Amino acid sequence: MEPLTSALLYLDGVTVSFDGFRALNNLSFAIEPGEMRAIIGPNGAGKTTMMDVVTGKTRPNAGEVLFAGVHNLAKLDEAEIAELGIGRKFQKPTVFDSHTVSDNLELALEADRRVRATLWWRRKQSERQRIDEILDIIRLTSVRDRVAGSLSHGQKQWLEIGMLLAQNPKLLLVDEPAAGMTDAETRQTADLLKAINREHTVVVVEHDMTFVRDLGVKVTCLHEGSVLAEGTIDQVSENERVVEVYLGR
Amino acid sequence: MSGHFLFRLLDRSTVIFLVALAAVAVTVPLLNLAVPQSSSLHVPTYVVALFGKYICYAILALSIDLIWGYCGILSLGHGAFFALGGYAMGMYLMRQIGARGVYADPVLPDFMVFLNWKELPVAWYGFEHFAYAAMMVVLVPGVLAFVFGWFAFRSRVTGVYLSIITQAMTYALMLGFFRNNLGFGGNNGLTDFKDVLGFNVQAETTRNVLFALSCLALLLGFLVCRFIVTSKLGKILIAIRDAEARARFLGYRVESYKLFVFTLSACMAGIAGALYVPQVGIINPSEFAPGNSIEPVIWVAVGGRGTLVGAALGAVLVNYAKTYFTSGALAQYWLFALGGLFIAVTLLLPRGIVGTLHHWTALRRGKIAAAAADGVTPARAEPLPAE
Amino acid sequence: MRCSRAWLVALLFGLSLLLGQTATRASTINDAIAHFTADDFDETGAGISEVAASGSPRAAVILQALQNGQLMFSAERKAVYVQDDAGKLWDAVTGDAVGGDPPADLDTVNINNRLRSAIDAALGGLTLLSADPAKRLDAAEAVFKSRQASALPTLEAAFAKEQDGRIKYVLAQARAAIVLTSPDAATADKLAAVEIIRQRGDQDALALLLSLPDGTAVPVMRAANAAIAAIQQRLALWDAVQNAWYGLSLGSVLLLAAIGLAITFGVMGVINMAHGEMVMVGAYVTFLVQNAIRGYAPNLFDYSLAISVPSAFIAAGLIGILIERCIIRFLYGRPLETLLATWGLSLILQQAVRTIFGPNNREVGNPSFMSGAFDVGGITVTYNRLWIICFALAVFVALLGLLRFTRFGLEMRAVTQNRAMAASMGIRTSRIDALTFGLGSGIAGIAGVALSQIDNVSPNLGQGYIIDSFMVVVFGGVGNLWGTFVGAFVLGIANKFLEPYAGAVLGKIAILVLIILFIQKRPRGLFALKGRAVEA
Repeated sequence: MEPLTSALLYLDGVTVSFDGFRALNNLSFAIEPGEMRAIIGPNGAGKTTMMDVVTGKTRPNAGEVLFAGVHNLAKLDEAEIAELGIGRKFQKPTVFDSHTVSDNLELALEADRRVRATLWWRRKQSERQRIDEILDIIRLTSVRDRVAGSLSHGQKQWLEIGMLLAQNPKLLLVDEPAAGMTDAETRQTADLLKAINREHTVVVVEHDMTFVRDLGVKVTCLHEGSVLAEGTIDQVSENERVVEVYLGR
Repeated sequence: MSGHFLFRLLDRSTVIFLVALAAVAVTVPLLNLAVPQSSSLHVPTYVVALFGKYICYAILALSIDLIWGYCGILSLGHGAFFALGGYAMGMYLMRQIGARGVYADPVLPDFMVFLNWKELPVAWYGFEHFAYAAMMVVLVPGVLAFVFGWFAFRSRVTGVYLSIITQAMTYALMLGFFRNNLGFGGNNGLTDFKDVLGFNVQAETTRNVLFALSCLALLLGFLVCRFIVTSKLGKILIAIRDAEARARFLGYRVESYKLFVFTLSACMAGIAGALYVPQVGIINPSEFAPGNSIEPVIWVAVGGRGTLVGAALGAVLVNYAKTYFTSGALAQYWLFALGGLFIAVTLLLPRGIVGTLHHWTALRRGKIAAAAADGVTPARAEPLPAE
Repeated sequence: MRCSRAWLVALLFGLSLLLGQTATRASTINDAIAHFTADDFDETGAGISEVAASGSPRAAVILQALQNGQLMFSAERKAVYVQDDAGKLWDAVTGDAVGGDPPADLDTVNINNRLRSAIDAALGGLTLLSADPAKRLDAAEAVFKSRQASALPTLEAAFAKEQDGRIKYVLAQARAAIVLTSPDAATADKLAAVEIIRQRGDQDALALLLSLPDGTAVPVMRAANAAIAAIQQRLALWDAVQNAWYGLSLGSVLLLAAIGLAITFGVMGVINMAHGEMVMVGAYVTFLVQNAIRGYAPNLFDYSLAISVPSAFIAAGLIGILIERCIIRFLYGRPLETLLATWGLSLILQQAVRTIFGPNNREVGNPSFMSGAFDVGGITVTYNRLWIICFALAVFVALLGLLRFTRFGLEMRAVTQNRAMAASMGIRTSRIDALTFGLGSGIAGIAGVALSQIDNVSPNLGQGYIIDSFMVVVFGGVGNLWGTFVGAFVLGIANKFLEPYAGAVLGKIAILVLIILFIQKRPRGLFALKGRAVEA
């Protein structure tokens, strides 16, 4: 199939309504391969719903969602989309609480996801190495045998990002990675994302303006389910309408 | 299949359990057959049958623990799979009666003659062959579970909704099997069995063999479950239990995994039912009663959900208590005790007996990790809003 | 409607003229009773017809005596007598006492079964002339069903005299039935008769048309077949109305049973498997209240339900609060554990009631306003079902009002939507939890009062409703009272419409299967909440 667009992720005229309320209203934007994009917006702007649509959790009422120019995401379910290479980190850190940190990563590693394959699966040396590498990147090597449920909030956030890495997706959707973190942790998270961006395309949804500024990437501001402004953080924060929306004038 | 594989399969409690089970499987028949009745060590035949029944219940509990303890699917309809397996075996036993029935019809079971039926219903074809019946014991519950699960999991019916519709399923089957014209003996069910594979079901030896076979089935079922929960598949099941959405976004087809364990679990329940019927000598529609599907869940909870040993142990313990209560003057207090057990276990002992033991050992070793990995996450103290 | 009635009366009138020409053969009572002296069954049969047709005021007395074996005859004197219980003889025709010695050859006029039924029909015909309109109506119906040709002359007489429009209508139908079955009536008459029967349009009319004798003229047959189709259509319509009524009735019961669950499960998210036992508690409270009333104030019996409703609400509500405080509050957020604990609770409650009140059904009486029935068109409406529908609606409206307009309702909605926020605004959430659970249980108790009127009050009462109630709530959509309302009535009506085709048990199974399939399609029910709130 001939790609319809060069963009890795392409949203056009996407609308989602819940009982008459339009969470997304004719939303259109495109993410190029290798790009890192920050998405900001006040509460209820449709940031999480946008992620739901991209990952197959919510079906759009109208509009087109294309991945790599060929896959219509509106018609696939979560597992299919994940297999295409889209990984997602939730707003609230979601890891497998009763598994150890390394088991969490192991489950996320690229592998045959079919039932039969997992029944007879045995860990390979290369996989063990990859887990060690990721543990190193997310700085959790010292707690690799602790159950994930006993980790701190920040550690869980990192573990979840580590799981995304293990999945090795083409596109990472990261929902508020800095929420509930200390300033130091926030900065480390920004560095981590920048490191990840060297090999992966990343979309970050965030409230925290300092964090977005740390990332130093192109910013899209959503409001009431549509794009309000797009550009560098400075351009966007000087945009009159953005100021109006954020400060409520 | 290397030593690594066996090591994974056989941890300490598994080994203890398997050895104990093998010992019981050999000792009980020995004490029944080889020890003279006058001896105080003699085990009466009715006790062998009783223990055989407990072992069948333990297999049922194991099947429920596999899906509830490890995958978070609370089925309140497993009694139905148990009963279907039982009916398949019962039909074989009915056909074996042959002309020795009250009405001496060589083909039709008594209740059909009584209902003035002239021909054997199609559903009964083939049940005179043991191999066919044995296949049906696994196939009928398996296919029902597959179809039911395919619909339910595909549309993401989870949690209590799933529990409620499984309950409705067994209820519907109960209403159906109570009807005479369904052709499975209606109210009275199937009973008055004579032979199994040419051996008299009432005979002492047959009963001991059935007992030993039940133990063997439990052992094999246990190893199968153990193999599954220690594989990567088992880890995925636990992952699904703890964070279904996360598993989905990692690319796992949650419904396929659920469907696999649900169907396997139903087949196990069917086998348990099939071993149960010749030992108790009857199968009737009350086996489908909703309560009969809920009770095994509490066996699992008592023993410790998410621990296979606990499930089997819980089944034996609770049923032993039931026999003890209902056979004496305490009979009318049994339901109070059972009801109290439901409440006490959920409130005070959420990990169950074996789970709590594991937890203590782990605490002593300073590793909460291991206990949590065993399946039960600590109770959330804070009330959550409605789903 | 008015138009068709006028047309019908015209038709009746025409028919009566036609019949008048053919069927009147005047015979005097004396000629008639002469048949009885022949001591021959055929002769006696002829006598019965002629006596019935004579129009004599003595006819009924004579036939009644014949029926009772008290009609005597003397072949020698060519006379017939009625013998009373004392053995005294009276002249059959004049009714005068017979003096002197009884005739030597006095003998009973013998009858057989064929004659006996002829007498019944003839007597039926005679009561057509009774002074009591109810008796006349019954008699007309009896003639319609028996189709005894011998009743025709009396029918004619009655028709001419009859003032009551309704009875006249039935008389015409009876006559039409006789004409239709008589082999020698003219085709035109029969066609008119078919039309009248068609107008009647019930099961009896259908049976009559379906049993027309062989050799009936082709046009009559054709008309009859058309009429059969028309009647079947009409009956199907009434059947549908009847099913809808039964469905409403069942729906109201389901609504009552499920509405408390809609609060505890739907609003609070608590799976209460002991919900059915709360219903049972309500039913036993009714039993206790009635017992007390029987013992101390029998004249208040009609008010027993009015007393039971608040008592059951309070009793079940308090038990509910106790359960919430002692068990459920420790299990919030763990629905599967809640399910198991409350199942255990239901076992305990059942066994407790069994221990206290015994395992058998307890007698709960219907107050006078709830007994009896009345007819509407082709269906029968019983008062208890009617009242229960009204009661269920009243409870539903009251509950909606409570949630919508009271402070408690507001706080309850606040807590269920956002517990943390509600708590931070000063709402005592644990108190609201307890009260909400108490409310749901109390409503279950009220349902028990209503169900005690139509179901057996036994320790198993609640078990029968728990699965159905869950089905209603799940089908309607959790967290939505209107969903429960619609769910209850949809399931009730669907159940009753399936029953005639599948039988009661298979109908129920079919409904369960349909719901299971429906949940696959819409896992969150008919009126599901959408959006992010669902995932919370």
